Amino acid sequence: MSDVDKNRRQMIGVGVAAAAGLAIAPGVTLLDLAHGRPADQAADSSKRWGLLVDSTKCTSGCSDCVSACHTENGVTSTGHPETDPQWIRKIELTEIRSGRSHSLPMMCQHCAEPPCVDVCPTGASFKRADGIVLVDRHICIGCRYCMMACPYKARSFVHEEHHDQKPDVPRGKGCVEACTLCVHRVDKGELPACVEACQKAGHEAILFGDLNDPNSEISKRIATIATKQVRADLNLNTGVRYQGI
Amino acid sequence: MTTTWQTALKWLGAAFTAALLVGASINGASAHEGKHKIDAKGDKCVRETEFMRRNHMDLLKHQRNDTMRKGIRTTQFSLKGCIDCHASPVNNSVIGTNDNFCQGCHSYAAVKLDCFECHSSKPRPASPATPHPLADAQAGEMQAKAATSGEVSK
Repeated sequence: MSDVDKNRRQMIGVGVAAAAGLAIAPGVTLLDLAHGRPADQAADSSKRWGLLVDSTKCTSGCSDCVSACHTENGVTSTGHPETDPQWIRKIELTEIRSGRSHSLPMMCQHCAEPPCVDVCPTGASFKRADGIVLVDRHICIGCRYCMMACPYKARSFVHEEHHDQKPDVPRGKGCVEACTLCVHRVDKGELPACVEACQKAGHEAILFGDLNDPNSEISKRIATIATKQVRADLNLNTGVRYQGI
Repeated sequence: MTTTWQTALKWLGAAFTAALLVGASINGASAHEGKHKIDAKGDKCVRETEFMRRNHMDLLKHQRNDTMRKGIRTTQFSLKGCIDCHASPVNNSVIGTNDNFCQGCHSYAAVKLDCFECHSSKPRPASPATPHPLADAQAGEMQAKAATSGEVSK
């Protein structure tokens, strides 16, 4: 056997051992986590990032995902709650007849066919190759057509000047904004802030992963458990799915 | 006789004008340098100062489109990298007063600076730990050299 072959076999051995190590840890989806790309590589359509929200695990009254999102992205109150931007919000649902109630987070659904992108007159609203729907603030003119087009009320307009932005999350007056699926974290191979906060709180109600990969935890769950898209009748093919609604 | 006088006068005039021009350019340069002292933590920018003065906006715009649209997050021409290096030790920012790196030059050149209406003007908290963009620049140059000489660096 040549040296090259030996090296290859050793590498395969290491890979198998690593995979076995990952599989041993119960409930930890490390294979899903290893999604970071090299900095010089563009996002590509082989991946489609999505979330699965399990509303049966989402606790009523808990807003850890909301506060984590707003802390991560520097979304602070301006003292005018009626116009404060809102990237994610908690919704309480109660069935009138049975009285059954449950709670879930609602945010940009990262549609495969996003209406916000369809209506944007400047091309500022766009979908990245990996399915993340974003606003390019450099060319957003603040017309708010996308806010009207979104069936999920996921977008907000920034009404006031900001001076304490996070270096990773530029935001300012006159543009529309929404959940970015924490794209700056996802590109580094980290989890979105809401997902991490939910895990830390012990609820594990939000799962992040690649919807295009049939072996990812999220795809497996969607393939085996009844999940729903909100307003599935609109055929938007949302990247955020819900379980238990 | 008259022709000799005329020639002498011409020479004198030319010498005087030249002296004036040289003086003006020296004064101009010193005034400019004095007003716009370059505040930087690193030793060297990602490109020469002269190139950066004229072309930084193109580099930033190119990088902005790559990062925003494609998710390419190389650090060499990243605005965050500029800010980490050029933030003033006085107010920890690149804007605020005309002594600050970005604002000083932009107000001198009367060019509106709107990056910081959205982007943070302060360095990242963990900036000492982040590698200096020059490291990327050197790697890029090495790769470029390898590419031109036909070597494959990967």
